[in-house]
Amino acid sequence: MEGDIVQMGAYIGAGLACTGMGGAALGVGHVAGNFLSGALRNPSAAAGQTATLFIGIAFAEALGIFSFLVALLLMFAV
Amino acid sequence: MATETHGADQGGLVFHPMDQFIVKPLFGDGPVGLFTLTNVTLWMALTVLAIFALLVLGTSGRATIPSRVQSVAELVYDFIRKMVEDVAGKDALVFFPYIMTLFLFILFANFLGLLPMAFTTTSHIAVTAVMAVMVFLTVTIVGFVKHGFGFLGLFWVSSAPLALRPVLALIEVISYFVRPVSHSIRLAGNMMAGHAVVKVFAAFAPMILISTGIGLVVTPLSILAISTIYALEVLVAFIQAYVFTILTCVYLKDALHPSH
Repeated sequence: MEGDIVQMGAYIGAGLACTGMGGAALGVGHVAGNFLSGALRNPSAAAGQTATLFIGIAFAEALGIFSFLVALLLMFAV
Repeated sequence: MATETHGADQGGLVFHPMDQFIVKPLFGDGPVGLFTLTNVTLWMALTVLAIFALLVLGTSGRATIPSRVQSVAELVYDFIRKMVEDVAGKDALVFFPYIMTLFLFILFANFLGLLPMAFTTTSHIAVTAVMAVMVFLTVTIVGFVKHGFGFLGLFWVSSAPLALRPVLALIEVISYFVRPVSHSIRLAGNMMAGHAVVKVFAAFAPMILISTGIGLVVTPLSILAISTIYALEVLVAFIQAYVFTILTCVYLKDALHPSH
C-alpha cells in the first residue's frame, strides 16, 4: 500500500514535470519571434546573427529538457 | 466489446519507448563489463567508419574539380572553420581539429541513430558527458595557461555597479560550473526525447491489426505523426550537433578573451 502511494506520487510528479515543456515552448517562441521581428526590420544584419539565434534557442530549450529528465528520473529511478 | 478496443488486454498495444536505449552485449547475453562488445561499440565504430569514408576515402582523389563526396567534405570543413573563426576568433584556430572532430562525431552519431533498428550513442549521458567534461577541462586549462589568474576576471563583471559585482560573481561561478551539465544533458536529452516520441507513435501504429473500429483512425494518424516527427528529428540531429560545437566555440572564446 505504501509503495503504491510512492509510485502514484512519482507518476503524478512525472506528469507535472511535463508542464516545464510549456515554459520551454514559451522561451523558444520568444527567442525566435524576437529574432524574426528584428530580422524583418534589418534584413541585411539577420544572416550574421543566426548563430546567436541558435545559441539562444539552445539555452531556452535546455531547461525544457531538464524537466523531461526529471520526469524520466521519477519514472525509472525513484 | 471491451477486449476489442483495449488491445493491451490481448497483449497488442505495448509501450516500451525506452527499451531502445538499453545497452546490450553483441554476442550472447552475459553481463556488460568494461571490455564487452556492445551495441554502443558497434554504432560508435560505424560512426567512425562513416566519418573515415567521408573525409579520407571521399577526398582521396584530391581533384581540382571535386566529386560529390569531396565537395561535401570540403563544405563541412569550411563550415566549421568559418564558425570557429567567427565565434571564437582567429587565435582559436589551433583548436579547429578538436572542434571539427566533435562536430563530425556528434553529427554522424545522431544521423546513424536515426536509421531504423539503430542505436543512438549520443542519447546516453555517459557518452555526451565525456565530451562535455573534456570541453570544460580544455577551456579551464587553456584559460589559466593563457591568462594565469587573470582568467578569474571572467567572473568579475567590471561593467556592473560595484555593489552588484559580488552577487554577479557568485552567479557567474555557478553558471560556469553548470556548463558541462547543461552541455551534455542538452544533447542526450534531445536525442532521447525525440526517439522516445517516435517510439510512442510507433506503438500506436499497429492498432488497426487489433481493433478495426478505432484503429482505422489511429493508424494513419500515427503513421503521419511518425513521418513528421522523423523529419523534425533529422533537423534536430543536425541542430544539436551544431549547437554543441558552437557552444564549445563560445566557451573557448571565454577562455581566450575573458574580458567582460
